[in-house]
This record gives sequence, structure tokens and C-alpha cells, in this order.
Amino acid sequence: MSDTSVDPNRAFVRAEMLTARPAPGLTVGPIAWMRENLASSPGNFLLTLVGILILYKLIPPVIEFAFIKATWTGTNGADCRIAGFGACWPYVVDYLDEFAYGRYPFAERWRVNTVFVLFFALMVPLMIPKLPHKGWNALAFFGIFPVVAFFLLVGSPTLGLPIVETRNWGGLLVTLVVAVTGIVASLPMGILLALGRRSKMPIIRLLSVVYIEVWRGVPLITVLFMANTMLPLFVHEGQSIDNLLRALIGVAFFSAAYMAEVVRGGLQAIPKGQYEGAMALGLSYWKMMLLIILPQALKLVIPGIVNTFIGLFKDTTLVAIVGLFDLLGMIQATRANPVWAAPTTMLTGYLVAAIVYFTFCYGMSRYSQYMERRLATGHKR
Amino acid sequence: MASDASGSRRSDDLAPKAAFYNDPKIRGYFYQAVVVLLLAWGIWSIVSNTIENLQTRNIAQGFGFLDVTAGFDLSVALIDYPKNATYGRAILVGIVNTLVVAVIGIFFATLLGFIIGVARLSKNFVIQRLATGYVETIRNLPLLLQLFFWYFGVLSFLPNPRDSLKPMGEAIFINNRGFFVPEIVLAPGIAQGMLIAAAIAVAAAVLVRNWAKRRQDLTGKPFPVGLTAAGLVLGLPLLVFVVSGAAIQLVYPVKGAFNVTGARVVPEFIALLLALTSYTAAFIAEIVRAGIMAVSHGQTEAARSLGLSPSHTLRLVVIPQAMRVIIPPLTSQYLNLTKNSSLAVAVGYPDLVYIGGTVLNQTGQSVEVVAIWMLIYLTISVATSAFMNWYNRRVAIVER
Repeated sequence: MSDTSVDPNRAFVRAEMLTARPAPGLTVGPIAWMRENLASSPGNFLLTLVGILILYKLIPPVIEFAFIKATWTGTNGADCRIAGFGACWPYVVDYLDEFAYGRYPFAERWRVNTVFVLFFALMVPLMIPKLPHKGWNALAFFGIFPVVAFFLLVGSPTLGLPIVETRNWGGLLVTLVVAVTGIVASLPMGILLALGRRSKMPIIRLLSVVYIEVWRGVPLITVLFMANTMLPLFVHEGQSIDNLLRALIGVAFFSAAYMAEVVRGGLQAIPKGQYEGAMALGLSYWKMMLLIILPQALKLVIPGIVNTFIGLFKDTTLVAIVGLFDLLGMIQATRANPVWAAPTTMLTGYLVAAIVYFTFCYGMSRYSQYMERRLATGHKR
Repeated sequence: MASDASGSRRSDDLAPKAAFYNDPKIRGYFYQAVVVLLLAWGIWSIVSNTIENLQTRNIAQGFGFLDVTAGFDLSVALIDYPKNATYGRAILVGIVNTLVVAVIGIFFATLLGFIIGVARLSKNFVIQRLATGYVETIRNLPLLLQLFFWYFGVLSFLPNPRDSLKPMGEAIFINNRGFFVPEIVLAPGIAQGMLIAAAIAVAAAVLVRNWAKRRQDLTGKPFPVGLTAAGLVLGLPLLVFVVSGAAIQLVYPVKGAFNVTGARVVPEFIALLLALTSYTAAFIAEIVRAGIMAVSHGQTEAARSLGLSPSHTLRLVVIPQAMRVIIPPLTSQYLNLTKNSSLAVAVGYPDLVYIGGTVLNQTGQSVEVVAIWMLIYLTISVATSAFMNWYNRRVAIVER
């Protein structure tokens, strides 16, 4: 329609575009960013000031505590009182072995180290998606490693490894044993319970619902107390259940209920057509679940599963209350030692614990975000 | 009837009959029977073993121990707990203590959580990063570690009673035996009168709200319901208080040579409250953030183009829709806080688990004590979920 040819009567026609001038100085660059994000209005500026004040009250004291006023060498608590209100690092150095192994006999600690090394050597390749042989790797991690770890940690006289009683276990060893056992046991139990809750068989559904709701309704401490005091009553007279095993059973049963609810969320999100399609192909119930439904459902709920893992990892600290010495329990136990009695000893210990727990939990949450992005295959709109 | 029967007969004739063991219905019955039998066998063996073990260990059975005199003292008892009180009474004190710390914790955690959740969405860079840092740090550290930090780390630096901190003159003393605050003593009868006045005020506020809603529907004229209700609920009890002579008395704590006497809040309670509040607030903040982000921007734009003011947009459009997303996960956080209050046992605040543990140690009746624990926590869970479900139904979307 429109005539694009140039009107010859026009006095002036610009033939080429002007070069763009730079934006006004106040709308680009760091100054503009600061204006926009720190002081777009008087109220906003006030908020910035409040934020900076909080940071000022928070960060310098922590740095001062951890580094500037900290004691780096010494042999007892008195050395840590001299420098003022700072961390007592020689206490951590002195106790480092206990924090890692508890009272595991010194001569046998290579066994714990072997288990740690095996654990990470098998887990890291499993977690990196690019590496091949995932099937063998998984078999080694979930099938062979637990058996090897069990015999290495507990010991076996026939293999020439002296038995190490679990009451001598402690520190990070116990934390990881409880966490890994809980994680490995709770996922299959949780999947079974979730399937049970969505089953068409009324009795199985009822039992699953009761199990899930009861365990989710009570605090973990009561479950651990229950495992600690009642499990010995449940077995035949004369038999006994190891203290650590009691806690492991309690943690596994407890977290299975939480896992079941997460998995159920995934099962509910799978469209009905997937079930019908699988049945129309003539797949049996278990084939349908294992080949069609669960791979999709579990993928959907990875964030929830990892959140449950993180919660479980944090909850392992509660075993300290029923008399096991996990990392936090071990640190707490050092309170009784008068040699390192100083005002800042415990704070230093808690700082160490905080760094360890934060590293594990933050790592897990980052990894789950990474996997979530990788596995996103078009379910999101 | 007849056609039904003939119809089913016809389909029977046509379909080749599958073997009975391939019928999913019959298989279902079979599997369930197997599960029930296994379960019954498991329960029977557990029960018989337990009875046998209890008998050989000479541990009594049944709930008779609840009437036996408890020999221990409690640092916190908000209901009467005399010297010769029974185990049952002690457990009752524990229930009250658990509920008190849970309710106060829920209140502060909600407050702090909403503030931090909104701060995470702030346009202000510093505030937004601070809130993010708070949430990430707190959520990735065990609650027990935080509790230990507050109790053995921070509160252990409080001075002894001789050098009490006095932030408000001689009214409040803070030392390592606790926070000593003035006790409020009302003349007899006034408290009841104020309670009745408050009840009347709530009823009046409901009437005002209904009237205002009717009037707005008819005439379009709004009425400041919120302000009126707040005025009523605060004002009426205050009026009763003033009219009845304002007979209030503050009993200040008194500092003696070695100790301070007066209304005391124990440090265990403070530490537990701090840990529960800060921990749960981080989770509530994430829920609030997700809830607000779930309300699409188009809703705000539409509200503004209808001519609603920013505050009306927030109050009438954004918050009601965000609440729908927020309420269900918020409920489970409230329940988590209540259950987490059982960590009190680690610092010695006499909650239900702490007192139950003491009873368990003294009587050895673990089965009964664990049963009481589970029953009470399950009751609290069910009651809270029932209330929150009721509230959720009220705010839920009404679909045609």
C-alpha cells in the first residue's frame, strides 16, 4: 500500500542512519546499577543502610573470631584464653582424629580410611553423568560396597580383621554410616509404601496410610528412644541388638515414611494415559511400574528426594541424644575434658561442625539443582 | 434385573474364561491375605517376646504408674506441680510446656519468616542477598547444632546473678540462671472481666464485618472493618480494666546476694525458642516467597488497571491468592516446629519428651511411655492439620 519511493520534491532526505549515541551516564554502568538496586527511593536507601549495618554487625566479628583473635598453637585451654575472644584451633587439631573416627582403635583406622576412599571413589563417578559403565558402577556402589564396608568396619576374625565394637565408633564415621544407611534403606522402602498407598487393594492401602501417617506424626527423637528401649524387648530373650543398629533401624523406618510421601507426589503427577498405555501393551504391574511409571515419577520428584536426604543428613545429629557419638555428639562430648576448658572451645567446635554439615548439605542441594536441569526433558511448559 | 443377568451371561459366553489364578481380583485377595498373615505373625511374635522379656526383667505393665508419686523436681511448671505430684501430673506439665514453646515459636517464626520471605523478593540488592544468605545458611545446618550453639555457645556467656545484665533499670535481670521479668498481678476478678470483654469484642467484630459486607454489596461503600475490629478487641478489655480501677501491680524481680527472685524465664527455654524460631523461619521464608511468586504479574496489572490502590491490590488480590499456595506447606512447618520442640531434651527444658524420658528411666515402662508420646504428638498433629485444613477450605479457590 504505502509508497516507499522517495518524493523528489522533498528538500532533504537522510540517506543513512545516525550512529546511536551512548545512553545517558546515569542509566548504565555501576552507578546506574547502584541507583536502581540500592537507592531507587529514600525507603530503598534506608533499607540499604540497614542491610549494611547488619552485615557490619555480623561479618567482622566472625572474621575476628575465626582468624584475627584466634589461637593457632597451644597445648591446653589456658593457651586459648590469652589471645582474647577468638577460636581455639589447636583444640580442633588435637581432636581431629576423634572427630573423624571416634574411639575406633588406632591400629585399625586404615579400615575406616579404606571405606571412606571406596565410598567417594565409587560415588563420584556415579554422580558425573558423562562417565560410562553406570550399571556396573551402581552395582559396585549399592551391591558390593555395603558388604565390603560392613566387614571392614565391623571386622571379621576369619578374614584376620579384629572385631571393633560399634560403641567405639564415632565422629564423622557414625554420621556417614547413619546417613548412608538411612538414605539407601529409605528410598526402596519409601517407593514400596508409596505404591502401597496408591494400590487398589484396600488392606494394603490402609496399612500403608497408617504406617506413613504415624511415623510422620511423631518426632524422630521419640522414634529413636523407642528403637533404643523397645527393640531389645521385641527379640527373643538372650539375643541383643547393637546400639548403632537400633538407631539405624529407627532412622530408616522414620525416613521411609517421608520418602513415601515424596514419591507419591511423583506418582500422582504421571498422567493416567501412561498407566493405560503400559497396560494396553500388556505389561504386568511390576513391569509397568519399573519400566514406565517410576522412571518418570522419580525424575519429577528429584528435588523432593534430595530435600529428604538433606533433612535425613541433618537429623543424624539426633543420634547423639540416645548416646551415640556422631560428629556433633563427639564435639559435645569434648565439653567434659577439662584440658581444653576455655570460653571459646565449644564455639570453635560448633564452627567446625557447621562447616562440615554445611558442605555436605549445600553440596547435595547444588547437585540436585544440576540434575534437575539435566533431566528436564520437556515436562515443564 | 433380568436383562442385566442375561447381559452378563452373554459376555461370559463370549469371553474365554481366564484361569482363576490369573484373575486380578482373586490375586488381590490372595496378596492381601498373605500380608495380613505375615503382619499378624510379626505382631504376635513381638508381643509375646515383649511380655516374656518384661516378666523376666520384673517390669510392671499397664498405666498404673501414672498414679505413683514422681520423685523429681521440674525447673518449669506452668501448672501446679506440688512436691508429691504423680507421674501423670508430671507428664501433663510436659504437655503444657511443649505446647507453650510450640505456640510461641510458631508465632515468632511466622513473623520472622514472612519478613525474610518478602525480603528475598526485595528489589534492594543488599537486603535480598542478606535474606538469601540467611535462608541458605540456616537450612543447611542441623537444628541440634543451632540449639547447642545458642545454649552452650551464646547463653553460656551470660553473667552470674551477682553481675546480672540490667537492660531496663531494675525491672529486668538477665543472668545465667535465666531472664527475670516483672510479674503482672491483677486484682481478683479483673482478668476474668477482661476475658469476657474480649469475647464480647470478638463477637461484635464478627457482627460488624457481616454488616459491612452487606452494606458494601448493596451500596458499594467500604467500611474500615480491620481497624474497627482491632479497636474493639483491644479497646473493650482495656475499658473494663480502666473502669474497674486499673488495679494492676507489677512485682519486680528482687536481686539478693546470690540469686534473683521473681518471675523467671529459664535459659533452656530461651535457647530452644531462639533455635526453633530462626530455623523454622528460614523454611517459612521459602514458602512465602514461592507463594508470592505463584501469583502471576497479570493479576497485579489487572488490579491496578481496575483502579485499585497498591495497598488494595496487595490486600484484596495478591495476598488472598498467595495464601492459597502458602497455607498447606505452612501447616507442615508448624507441625515440624512442634515436633522439633522435642529437641528440648538435649538442653534440659522439661518438655513432654524430657519428662517422659525421666519417667521411662525411673519406671522402665518404655512401652507405655512411648505410647503416651506417640498418642500426644499424633493428637497435636491431627488437631493442627484439622484446623489448617478448615482454614485452607475457606481460602481455597472456588471453582465452578
